[in-house]
Amino acid sequence: MFIVKYIKEVWSAIKSLLIGMRRTGYYFTHHKEIITQQYPDNRDTLNLPERFKGEVVMPHDEKNEHRCTGCTACELACPNGTIKVITKFDISPEGKKKKAIDKLVYHLELCTMCNLCVIACPSDAIVMAQTFEHSVFDRSKLTKILNNPGSKIMDGVE
Amino acid sequence: MFEVYDLSFMWSLSNITQTINSWLNQTFSPTWALIFEMVIVGICVISLFAILGLVLVLMERKVSAWMQIRLGPNRVGPKGMLQSFADTLKLLVKEGLTPNGADKFLFNLAPFIAMIVAMLLMAPIAFARDFKMWDMNIGVLYVTAVSSISVISILMAGWASNNKYSLMGAMRSGAQIVSYELSAGLAILSIVVLTGSLNLNDIIQSQANGWWIFKGHIPVLISFVIFIIAVTAETNRAPFDLAEAESELTAGFHTEYSGMKFALFFLAEYVNVFIVCAIGATLFLGGWMPFHIGNWQGFNHIMDYIPSSIWFFGKTFFLIFLIMWFRWTFPRLRIDQLLNLEWKYLLPISMFNIILVTAMAILGWHF
Ligand code: SF4
Ligand code: SF4
Repeated sequence: MFIVKYIKEVWSAIKSLLIGMRRTGYYFTHHKEIITQQYPDNRDTLNLPERFKGEVVMPHDEKNEHRCTGCTACELACPNGTIKVITKFDISPEGKKKKAIDKLVYHLELCTMCNLCVIACPSDAIVMAQTFEHSVFDRSKLTKILNNPGSKIMDGVE
Repeated sequence: MFEVYDLSFMWSLSNITQTINSWLNQTFSPTWALIFEMVIVGICVISLFAILGLVLVLMERKVSAWMQIRLGPNRVGPKGMLQSFADTLKLLVKEGLTPNGADKFLFNLAPFIAMIVAMLLMAPIAFARDFKMWDMNIGVLYVTAVSSISVISILMAGWASNNKYSLMGAMRSGAQIVSYELSAGLAILSIVVLTGSLNLNDIIQSQANGWWIFKGHIPVLISFVIFIIAVTAETNRAPFDLAEAESELTAGFHTEYSGMKFALFFLAEYVNVFIVCAIGATLFLGGWMPFHIGNWQGFNHIMDYIPSSIWFFGKTFFLIFLIMWFRWTFPRLRIDQLLNLEWKYLLPISMFNIILVTAMAILGWHF
């Protein structure tokens, strides 16, 4: 019946509004939930959320080896042209030619921290770091080379 | 009805006003005494406005921050208490710009009309026992009539700015205030029916043995809910802030305003919130009347120890908090949803409700 539907509608509207108010009321009374970081004051004890993205880095192990094969998938995935993969050819001990990276150039000033390159990388060579204090006085310092000088590709990564 | 004694009579506000009144009348001629009293009242109102602006803005920012799991202002002064002073200072030193294409006279007049309406609305409100500016026998009518003038200041600001955002915001606000006034009026009317008086003082006195929200059963509760929804819409606050609607109209009717003229609109909004909450507290929660239960003399006497002004401001601020809670919880309505809510839901319900209340009043079903 029309009138029953009408009353039901009003009732469900009131109920859903009250549910919303209960949530904000909970936050209002529970100050422990506050997520604001008072940044410069708590610089040493900063507690960043797990998914916070600061910049793209390439982890190296203790033998100065990384996992990048130079496949340029990250370069293709990046919407801003932030990454430039410069490849070279290594001569393997058996005398075969093998593609490897010379430099992986990363323009921090162009990066929007969208994470697409990390997702695109087939060998998990790059990750997002949580460092975020990036201001410098010279713009050229923002162009970074992600692989360490003299680094090699890890054994077993194709 | 029984007589209520203010046990802290020495310090009651009515006593202070009486002392000042008799002193002025002894020292000066009655005309001069009246003029002096008017000046004192004017100064009191303006300082109340200033304090309200500072307190409410800070309160809103803190409440919103906590509801959104943020910290809110916490740098200026202890725990950010002086933040609104800093904001006021900033607004004071800013340039008050008037756009070239604007209608200069109306543009500069509009903020003052908004303020004057807010000031006029203060007149019949009883802030404490026997402490009000004007004891008028048609207080309720006066409040409903004067509060609708505020739409003129908004329309004026929107029109004079010569800006389509402003005009659109003003038009929306006009449609909104005109329609929500109906249900606010009917909600107020239900209390008038129960008390049989338009005098705010009589309404407060009738709640000496319990506030209407408790005495009036479910119909008054419904009126109260409708009243709160309607006044939230009338003061143009979220979820009914279509007149401003930051994401659609930049700032609506006050897009072109800056500096102190903007501050006046801002202040008028907060003062209006205070006033409608004060009226809501007066009608439904007993105004300055302490919490009384029927004829429990002992309990009622204990409650009388708390000064009446604290009761009044406590209830008003409770309602203000409620309205802020709405603002930071609910998303904004679309214009069609807004009008649907009023014409298809609030108005029929409040019309039906007023019949119920009338029946209740005639049959004497309330306490
Ligand atoms: S995070 Fe996004 S913008 Fe930055 S380098 Fe990777 S793909 Fe490019
Ligand atoms: S970082 Fe990953 S995607 Fe980019 S070139 Fe190296 S292996 Fe390929």
